[in-house]
Amino acid sequence: MYRYDRYDTQLVTERVSQFRDQVARRLDGSLSEEQFRPLRLLNGLYLQLHAYMLRVAIPYGTLSSAQMRMLAHIARRYDRGYGHFTTRQNIQFNWTRLEEAPDVLADLAKVEMHAIQTSGNTIRNTTADPFAGVAADEIEDPRITCEIIRQWSTLHPEFSFLPRKFKIAVTGALDDRAAVKVHDIGLILRRNEASETGYEVMVGGGQGRTPMIAKTIRDFLPKDHLLSYLEAILRVYNLAGRRDNKYKARIKILVHETGVDRFRDQVEAEWAALRKTGPDLDPAEVARIARFFAPPAYDSVDSAGYRAMLFEDQAFADWVRANVAPHKQDGYAIASISLKPEGAPPGDATADQMDAVADLAVRFSLDEIRVTHEQNLVLPHVRQSDLYELWQGLRKHGLATANIGLIGDIIACPGLDYCGLATARSIPVAQRISRLFSSLDRQHDIGELRLKISGCINACGHHHVGHIGILGVDRKGDEVYQITLGGRADENAAIGKIIGPAFASEDVVEAVETIVRTYIGLRQDGERFVDTYERVGQKPFKEALYDAD
Amino acid sequence: MTQHAITANWLGSGLVVYLAWDGGWSEQVADSFISGSAEEDAWLLDIAGRAADARIVVDPYLIEVTEQDGAAWPALRREQIRAGGPTIAYAPDATVLRRVA
Amino acid sequence: MLIKNGAVAEDRWIAIDDDGELSGEWPVIVSLARWRKDRDLLQTHNTPVGLRLSSDDPLDEIVPDLDRFFLIALDFPAFTDGRPYSTSRLLRERHGFTGELRAVGQVLRDQAQFLTRCGFDSFELPGGSDAEDWLRGLDSIAVHYQPASDGSAAIPEKRIQL
Repeated sequence: MYRYDRYDTQLVTERVSQFRDQVARRLDGSLSEEQFRPLRLLNGLYLQLHAYMLRVAIPYGTLSSAQMRMLAHIARRYDRGYGHFTTRQNIQFNWTRLEEAPDVLADLAKVEMHAIQTSGNTIRNTTADPFAGVAADEIEDPRITCEIIRQWSTLHPEFSFLPRKFKIAVTGALDDRAAVKVHDIGLILRRNEASETGYEVMVGGGQGRTPMIAKTIRDFLPKDHLLSYLEAILRVYNLAGRRDNKYKARIKILVHETGVDRFRDQVEAEWAALRKTGPDLDPAEVARIARFFAPPAYDSVDSAGYRAMLFEDQAFADWVRANVAPHKQDGYAIASISLKPEGAPPGDATADQMDAVADLAVRFSLDEIRVTHEQNLVLPHVRQSDLYELWQGLRKHGLATANIGLIGDIIACPGLDYCGLATARSIPVAQRISRLFSSLDRQHDIGELRLKISGCINACGHHHVGHIGILGVDRKGDEVYQITLGGRADENAAIGKIIGPAFASEDVVEAVETIVRTYIGLRQDGERFVDTYERVGQKPFKEALYDAD
Repeated sequence: MTQHAITANWLGSGLVVYLAWDGGWSEQVADSFISGSAEEDAWLLDIAGRAADARIVVDPYLIEVTEQDGAAWPALRREQIRAGGPTIAYAPDATVLRRVA
Repeated sequence: MLIKNGAVAEDRWIAIDDDGELSGEWPVIVSLARWRKDRDLLQTHNTPVGLRLSSDDPLDEIVPDLDRFFLIALDFPAFTDGRPYSTSRLLRERHGFTGELRAVGQVLRDQAQFLTRCGFDSFELPGGSDAEDWLRGLDSIAVHYQPASDGSAAIPEKRIQL
């Protein structure tokens, strides 16, 4: 993974000093809250329901054990012993004190981490496939692109005061595990007929109030021209994006209102004017960055013992079935760590758990960990012969729930329990659903089902792209929940459709039960929930939910 | 008649506070000064505004409260959660805080 | 109060209202509306002329006249409005404007570095500003990943030089 050189370190260190000075000026009165607020946000510090919340960047969801240990230290020393992994591969600490925030950032800088641009109207964390570098269907590791974008977008002088936040995602595989089509810019690594690698460029995806799927504005962009093309898109957006209405300020609205063809013309015209003749980034620099993502030195592995354990230990076999994915290297595996134990807040990890994951990463995953946008962790380089011991290590710390991609693997934003923007609570609903479907046998029988819950229309729980999506809203002081069906975050991305009137808090969990039962009753030939839904449509589900009364 | 109290956050720590009967700030909503008129509302906002200027608190605002045994309790769910903390067990050693509904 | 080229400076320019009298003695800054109305007069003005553009004013319209202006002031209606950063870069890099580029309106001291890197040479400080504090903010972060209009080397270039 990428390691800072002296320049990266200098930037982050000076940024900490700058923020320390800004906090001091806030505390001594030289800066008013109105002036301080955008500066605080540019360093990821929000004022939330109960306290300040700090969102730390985990670039493209990759971190080392040393970094994970520092996150554990921060949770213990500055917070209340835990952190929350988010749907954008970042981590949030809910109880940061403003007075201590510069110290937190200073500690993070020691391990090459920061909270730069995790909030504010800037370019946010560029996210990637959590299986980057190890997935069998990958064309190229998207994290090289992500690191190039990360540096280019950090403290970019022209794009630090955009109309609204800006999110970029990159995928390098045929299966899109990065949900690129619901990002402001989605980049898909592709090969053209001449076997050159480049990007399909999609723009204007997003969730929130007006969910949209991104549109392709360029089928193939040569890699050499990535940064200039991104500059063209961002410049068109910076100048023309709406600034009169916060809810219409994302690039998806600009693309929609301009029309994708006209928008494309504007971008291409700007790009033609600003591009250089040669590559945007010196090839030596690209090669330098790419070297950090070269495949590690894998060993040859004897998997006989592992295969035997699959027969001997049913619980282990269940875990492998749900949580272990095939690796592109023979004898290796990608092991997911579920942060969704029964009845717990999805995506939370205690400091002890973080330390445990760090230790296991050193022992079993070549010191590398990933964060997924479904709020789980991944150990990307595990020998099959180590899986059994890894699983035992995870079990000791409550990290071995065998529910990845199943209904128990619920994605939920923090909701009204934490978030100042929320209209309803999401975590208690997740907990109740989790308990209702606690039987792993039942979860496996149901099969892949991605259930996502958001506590407000900002959709940080990504409910629009849940197979079952739940949106909590406030109706005259009551928390009620709208259900959507058929959303998808993969390469066939789709926005879920509302099924009918919202459910009261006490009825929503049973509604999910009804939906699942309806699916089981209708499915054919090993169809997943989302396949059955696409075949039969909304009608049977609507009838089961609403006509029964 | 709607009753109000003032809430804000400590500037330094960010924790939730309420303007109390003694003119100071308390982390317990039960200690809130309860206002019974528009004039009192304005007066409270003025005091709170000066505390914000003095960098004691940040973002003060009025909340609707009801009075239960002489103590304030917020009317809206959002403010109840602010007062009582997350409605779920959220940290390894934290006791479950007062539930909302 | 004005900061120009990294130091506190005297402001020799006078901003003229749209119906104000054109001074023959001082360099004047006029709005786009005034430029449109009195273009001929201003083209033969005996002191330098500067143009003040709002964030909504179209750049294309004045590009043919760029060499008439010794100064262009870009107005920030709010410090959250980032359009002038793009406009400034376009003026410098696309259209080759070599006159003074001044940031006026709502600018924060912590934006100073972004401003200089986008090509601004001067900033008009909001009333009550501490000029020394602004100067300190000018080099809070000495390295940057992106090319700058002031010609300083970006990090990728520095890496290649090693």
